[in-house]
Amino acid sequence: MFVLVEMVDTVRIPPWFFQRQLNEAVAEELNKKLANKVVYNVGLCICLYDITKLEDSYIFPGDGASHTKVHFRYVVFHPFLDEILVGKIKYCSQEGVHVTMDFFDDILIPPESLQQPAKFDEAEQVWLWEYETDEGAHDLYMDQGEEIRFRVADEVFVDTSPTGPATAASDTPAQPGQSTAPPAEDNGEKKEAPYTLIGTICEPGLGLLSWWNS
Amino acid sequence: MEVKNANAAMLSNYEVFKLLTDLKEQRKDSGRNKHSVGQQNLNTIMYETLKYLSNTSCSRQNPEIVKEFLTTMMPHKLTKAEKLQLLNHRPQTAVEIQLMVEESEERLTEEQIEELIQTVADVLPGDPEQENSAPADAEMDEASEQGYC
Repeated sequence: MFVLVEMVDTVRIPPWFFQRQLNEAVAEELNKKLANKVVYNVGLCICLYDITKLEDSYIFPGDGASHTKVHFRYVVFHPFLDEILVGKIKYCSQEGVHVTMDFFDDILIPPESLQQPAKFDEAEQVWLWEYETDEGAHDLYMDQGEEIRFRVADEVFVDTSPTGPATAASDTPAQPGQSTAPPAEDNGEKKEAPYTLIGTICEPGLGLLSWWNS
Repeated sequence: MEVKNANAAMLSNYEVFKLLTDLKEQRKDSGRNKHSVGQQNLNTIMYETLKYLSNTSCSRQNPEIVKEFLTTMMPHKLTKAEKLQLLNHRPQTAVEIQLMVEESEERLTEEQIEELIQTVADVLPGDPEQENSAPADAEMDEASEQGYC
């Protein structure tokens, strides 16, 4: 579930932190920069593990801060493919079952990866497993807040770094007749998750923990 | 920023739990609020990760237990990733073992799976609430019986 990632970065320490230990100041700055952030193709950063090497610090003309090249190791949430994880159901939608692990929310189990046959209950907005028994089908609901065990089937990293104005310019003339409100909404929805896990529960033992307890 | 090695090592849930608990204590002890400015991200992820991990069996492990577990796992010829998952999840049923161990039908016999479940249950501490639930019920019964007298 968690891995150690070796990284190198140049850390800028502002002069008002000069009275502190360099290690401490560097650790603080690295956590400020990385904690709770997704690094592209690396995973969700949790916290600094240790500093392995500090190179010489430099002060550049025009800036009172010191710059130090730091070799360090960071704790990162990046489950390997096929790893088994346990989370809670956040909500269900047409797209599938959305799962949360408290610190990480972007987990989706698409309809085709649910226990089959699966059905979406429109009225209750919940997915259910039509479990076949000798006495006929038995509906097993996947309610919100239930604990669920799933397998990591895929991971999707999206580069969410800001794009230049070129794309924005090409978007606007495409819909000249529309008012300004819809594009604004579009922008809101485009806030894509930088790191999404695609899960599957299409195997015996996977799904709600309560299904397999007995 | 440069990533030298995106997977230098895998960490068990216990290691992360320990690291975060220590870090939290350390930050509380130092009590320097003026330095925590701009550390909302760290505080958030620390709180949320600890919340998740404290609900798992890893919060009851310690280095000796982990070491003992790895030693007892040696003869089972499991891969590192498989042992890690057993350690993190503390499986109690055969179906869970089959999920975590690849091609378990070919690699493990039924007895071996039973043995694994037994070892995991013996070495890794479980949820005391769940395990004590039976005696607790008995006490409750006694209490209610006394109540009736």
